[in-house]
Amino acid sequence: MTEEKFGILLIVPALCLLAVIALYPIVRSFHLSFTESGEFVGLSNFVSIFHDERFRDASLTTLLFFSISVPLELILGIGVALLLQGKFKGRGIVRAAHLIPWALPTVVMAIAWKWIFNDAYGVFNDILLRLGIIREPIAWLGLPGKAFFCIIVAEVWKCVPFVTIIILAGLQSIPRELYEALSVDGAGYWQRFRLITLPLLRPAILVALIFRGTQALGVFDSIWVMTGGGPAGSTEPISLYIYSTVFRYLNIGYASSMVTIAFLFSLLFACIVYFVLTRRPVEY
Amino acid sequence: MSTRSVLFFVLIGALFISSVAPFAWQLIASLKDSSEIYSVPVTYVPAKPTLNAYIDVFKSRPFFRYIVNSLLVSLGTTSLCLVVAALAGYALARLRIRYQGALSFSILVACLFPQIIFLIPLYQLMAWLRLVNNPLGLLLPYVTFSLPLAIWVLMGFFKTIPREIEEQAMVDGFSRLGILTRIVLPLSWPALATCAILIFVGPFAWNEFIFALTFMTRDLSRTVPVGIALLSGTSMYEIPWNQICAACVLTTVPLVIFVVIFQGRIIEGLTRGALKG
Repeated sequence: MTEEKFGILLIVPALCLLAVIALYPIVRSFHLSFTESGEFVGLSNFVSIFHDERFRDASLTTLLFFSISVPLELILGIGVALLLQGKFKGRGIVRAAHLIPWALPTVVMAIAWKWIFNDAYGVFNDILLRLGIIREPIAWLGLPGKAFFCIIVAEVWKCVPFVTIIILAGLQSIPRELYEALSVDGAGYWQRFRLITLPLLRPAILVALIFRGTQALGVFDSIWVMTGGGPAGSTEPISLYIYSTVFRYLNIGYASSMVTIAFLFSLLFACIVYFVLTRRPVEY
Repeated sequence: MSTRSVLFFVLIGALFISSVAPFAWQLIASLKDSSEIYSVPVTYVPAKPTLNAYIDVFKSRPFFRYIVNSLLVSLGTTSLCLVVAALAGYALARLRIRYQGALSFSILVACLFPQIIFLIPLYQLMAWLRLVNNPLGLLLPYVTFSLPLAIWVLMGFFKTIPREIEEQAMVDGFSRLGILTRIVLPLSWPALATCAILIFVGPFAWNEFIFALTFMTRDLSRTVPVGIALLSGTSMYEIPWNQICAACVLTTVPLVIFVVIFQGRIIEGLTRGALKG
């Protein structure tokens, strides 16, 4: 057997799985988005979506969620990575503790936060009351803006560790000599960060951005558990709307059209990031 | 101590506390009895610590069954994915194949889309294959979506094995398959172990939610995350919060221990995987 034949034989199982489980559904969704109850209806689903206020609200919620949570995660993740980079006593313990939110099921941690934000028995209200910041318990998950805030807190808490790991990896690849050269020039901490760390971290930041960004665009688990999209649909992202369109309203064609639009959005995002990623890196 | 190092330790302390506090709060709540959990003001130390909630959760729901289902699916996913990824990763790292770059890139693309994109046709596919409520119905998608990261991590490792070892084995009359199974794979066990950990705690084995919610419609087929999520609120009768917290603690403690032991390996594994690409 030639080397190439053997190689292809080894890749075939992986490619078959990817073709059937990942590629086929994308093609199939695209096809379904032009149908209604199995009949071909052309672009009519897309026309309806264009006038669908619930879809517009869900898109805005998703975008808002994306543009608040992802930058927060990146900033906090970079901060924590810088903090955990150096050697200190107990570093292993702190690193392990910080990894815990990442390793636990998202739904389980969303439940933990739902209990923390509970209006009557929640510890968050209790602490605020004891500190005298609020006078009356607040129904955190029952008010539109506040429920959104709670979801962001839970999601950011869960996802920062992932960014931290990627950034820690990026920090390892920065040669020490660069910092030494700059400290000879008398540069302070902030300048070292701005002139060396940040530019050289760019690939790591982009990797974190791709992974976190696509996940944020499809956010489902934590919102499903914490608010179910409520109150009054104010925290419903696209993925939750698609889910109820399929499994509550049984409208597969319409849901598939939304999937196609969501797919194009993710693709656009991936392309933008990929374009930025492959631009010529900074050289020193 | 200088102000700078005081600030450092304050930040480290804050990081530690914020990382474990929600989890610690679950633990405290799970030790309270049914009346204390709903008492106002909130108590921070259980007045009469009890394990009743842990016993009750097994009585009120087939929780043991959820754990067995989850173990079955996630261990199956981990082992099958490791085999498929090791084969593909080796081929992509070592063998001369046309369109190699395009192939490895298209494998990575699969993890660039949120799960909801795949959900509807996958559900239809599973229904057609009669895999709804069958662990295989989760195993197949989990293996597939874990593959990109696993292949990427293993590829990075295989590239670091010196070529001379394989060339010498060729001279010694090993077949291509023999080189892979009797030389390369045994040499790679640390990378394989790291990769197994990453698959297991990654988003597509023990922790996955939306596929499990959709493809497992019978109560007895459910996995732990779905079982727990359905404990709170949406079910026919409300389950007390101390039991919900007990269920959460039960499923998280093994993972916490796991993370504490393998913290170094996880960070190292993701480091290799994420940046060598």
